[in-house]
Amino acid sequence: MAVNAGLAHLSDTAFTTAIAVYGLALVSYCGEYAFGRSGRVARTSAEQAPVAELVAVGAVSGGTAPPGAGVRSVRAGSRDAVVAEQSAARLAGRFGWSAAVLTTLGVILHAGSVAIRGVAVDRVPWGNMYEFSSAVGLVAVLAFLVVILRQPRVRYLGMFVMLPVILLMFLAGTVLYTKAAPLVPALRSYWLAIHVTAAIIATGIFMVSFVATVLYLIRHRYDSMVAVGITPGRFPITLGRRLPEAGVLDRIAYRTIAFGFPVWTFGIAAGAMWAEAAWGRYWGWDPKETWSFISWVVYASYLHARATAGWKGVKAARISLFGFSSMIFNFFVVNIMVSGLHSYAGLS
Amino acid sequence: MPVTGPGRAPAADPAGGALSTQPVERPPRPGRGPLTAARNGWRLLTSMRTALVLLFLLALAAVPGSLLPQSGLNPAKVAAYRRSHPALAPILERLGFFEVFASPWFAAIYLLLFISLIGCIVPRVRLHGRALRRPPPAAPRHLDRLRHSERFHTALPAGEVVDQARAVLRGWRVAHREEASGAVTLSAERGYLRETGNIVFHVALSVLLAGVAIGKLWGYQGSVLVEEGRGFCNTVQSFDQFSAGPIIRGAGLTPFCVDLATFRATYDPDGTPSDFAATIRYTPADGTPRDDVLQVNHPLRLQGVRVYLISHGFSPRFTITTAAGQTFRGISAPFLPQDGNLTSEGAVKLPDARPDQLAIDGLFAPTAVDSGDGVISSGSPQPFNPAVAIFLYRGQLGLDTGRAQSVYSLDQGQIAAGALKKVGAKNLHPGEALVLADGTSVRFDGYLQWASMQVSRDPGQSVVLVAFGFLLVGLTLSLSIRRRRVWLRVSEAPGADGGGAGRSVVEVGGLARSEAGGFTREFGQLVERLRQSRKD
Ligand code: HEM
Repeated sequence: MAVNAGLAHLSDTAFTTAIAVYGLALVSYCGEYAFGRSGRVARTSAEQAPVAELVAVGAVSGGTAPPGAGVRSVRAGSRDAVVAEQSAARLAGRFGWSAAVLTTLGVILHAGSVAIRGVAVDRVPWGNMYEFSSAVGLVAVLAFLVVILRQPRVRYLGMFVMLPVILLMFLAGTVLYTKAAPLVPALRSYWLAIHVTAAIIATGIFMVSFVATVLYLIRHRYDSMVAVGITPGRFPITLGRRLPEAGVLDRIAYRTIAFGFPVWTFGIAAGAMWAEAAWGRYWGWDPKETWSFISWVVYASYLHARATAGWKGVKAARISLFGFSSMIFNFFVVNIMVSGLHSYAGLS
Repeated sequence: MPVTGPGRAPAADPAGGALSTQPVERPPRPGRGPLTAARNGWRLLTSMRTALVLLFLLALAAVPGSLLPQSGLNPAKVAAYRRSHPALAPILERLGFFEVFASPWFAAIYLLLFISLIGCIVPRVRLHGRALRRPPPAAPRHLDRLRHSERFHTALPAGEVVDQARAVLRGWRVAHREEASGAVTLSAERGYLRETGNIVFHVALSVLLAGVAIGKLWGYQGSVLVEEGRGFCNTVQSFDQFSAGPIIRGAGLTPFCVDLATFRATYDPDGTPSDFAATIRYTPADGTPRDDVLQVNHPLRLQGVRVYLISHGFSPRFTITTAAGQTFRGISAPFLPQDGNLTSEGAVKLPDARPDQLAIDGLFAPTAVDSGDGVISSGSPQPFNPAVAIFLYRGQLGLDTGRAQSVYSLDQGQIAAGALKKVGAKNLHPGEALVLADGTSVRFDGYLQWASMQVSRDPGQSVVLVAFGFLLVGLTLSLSIRRRRVWLRVSEAPGADGGGAGRSVVEVGGLARSEAGGFTREFGQLVERLRQSRKD
């Protein structure tokens, strides 16, 4: 099985270009974030807090406050402010639009890079850590695009997704980079396509969940400080001012995990079936198997916690952070430092 | 705090709790006596909170099993760890940290979880069965207090609104009730499959665990190293290593024999291995021999038993002549690979040589590279330039001392005691010989290849596979379907009595498990369709 060097080179070029385009997208997202939601989101959230309280109190005591009645009265600002806000919003919209276009362009280049690599080596293009990371980044960006198609309001959060994706791709292109090469016999199996594809999809989706969870925790912290009259002053919490409502972020985190978890479950089982064919047992507590199991159990705990009294919300969210940390540990530390049967890393 | 926690149902939500069969956390009963204590203990064990804690403990307990060497996986590494951490290792050993997945505390966690799981499933199945038979619950008094609610007037008389609503609610389970005030309510519910899926998931999980246990109790595994031209039968005696569940203990293994005809490793031009293949002939119980090729990822499956190709290596072959004129032809011994290029080490023992026993301590390299001082190692796993470096020993092998000896090395005790003496050393290519002054000679004739094979049987495996199928289906249903309820209250509009316009007031309320999303949209569409109903 020969490697097509020309195509392999083309794939590398597309990969580098994709990083550059993602970088431009990141800058545009930052622009949208800075100009757009700043004023509006912050103000409406500050206004809505008391209103929400009103409605809640009203509901309990039996009355019905017409929704939005409070908002209108509080919101009457000066005309100039409205005009300024409108022009900022227009600017932000333009930034956001170009960010989305750039992200799409980057995704096309990125997918091209992965596909061309596959053609160059004549196999599924995720046989080592470089290829795996690249594919995970691709899934994460695609998952984010799906999220903003369904919830266009959160588009401006793109910078929080692009940042870790670019970091991952940078690591992939430098530390983890592996030249296009054929695979050792143990990896030449259709199970590679099934098992690793599932792992990649789940990991990419969990990455988006992770971002949403972190933002949720920040926003939640911000809200609870504001609620008791403290003005948050320190860095990550101050971000809360411009983030969507905690409930929205929490729902994004939950739904992505609810989608990723069965995929991860399937991936582990496919791995077990492959192990049965390759190593003589479907489960043997190899370090990588063990860590996949740990991640699985932790995400199962997360889903459980959401249905357990006293564990909903912040506590459940922290559990899902543990889940993603264990995924990262499995990928970087176990692959590189703990030796097992998985002849996957391809670093030498 | 004004912030409503995410995913938390609003406080005034009378009918919401029943949307899942999630166990209600009940406070422990007051009172004494063993029965109350047992009941409270059981309640604690089967609570969601305990399940959560146990799940978390399970994840935590698995961590040392992946970071410390495990004797089940790699005893050599455990030994090395013991040597490098003499103070810590005995403590870890006593706590079972070198055998985490067989340790009592790991077992305790998963057994408790298993019991909790079953104790949790049984009442949920009962509750869900009841929910499936019962009509959806009556409408709460204040539909406007539900998270989703809507109220509108229509020109239709109440009866007609109800008929049309029934048509809109096709696919929902609907109950029709009349209230004392004369208002008609419809209670509609949908998404029962969520709970069904969730129960299927948890039941499948416990069946899967049972399947794992069956494999552990009734399964076995043996491994054996076979040179080309030789074979083995599936009996405990023929394996180099054998482990079995407590119920099998080596009796009643499926009878069959396997002979290794040839082993071939093929490589890409750049030296990457591309295929390992062992051509075998096996004889199952019926006595008719059949041929097959074992490959990585392609075991032989035979009557519930699987035979795997695990690894491979070389066995150098020698012709040895003693000083007394005895000649031993075709003497070979498997050498164990020490690196990726199959630099291999091993020993040849000739207990029958006279007057003294002979032995070779050797190193084989398929592609010998001489580092200049006569020390060879291998530069490639392919046999481009096979050579062997031998040390010839004479004396007593010590096989009769009662001490167990490895077949891959000489007894260092005998050498240290001077009972086994080095009498010669040489690097040989095929056809070359080491000849001593007394006429003793060792000729290197070439090599055979060997393959190590593993025989496994796991009778729980198919249980695990089927259970997993159900588990995945159940999980997907449980996570993708939302259970939701919609109530309609249709009453005559106040003041419409005498007018005869038949104007009705329709109140609609909706409630969903907040987890799965999209209900807001569904509710909106439903209300829209209800509103659009009109006389045709
Ligand atoms: C053996 C370990 C267990 C695992 C891996 C596990 C896993 C899961 C998962 C992944 C879910 C999420 C599905 C969903 O949200 O619908 C879930 C839900 C649930 N589990 Fe478990 N579970 C286990 C044991 C238990 C036990 C012991 C109980 C009883 C206390 C239990 C009760 C529940 C309940 C009531 C739900 C539904 C939550 C809801 O209403 O959304 N589980 N479980």
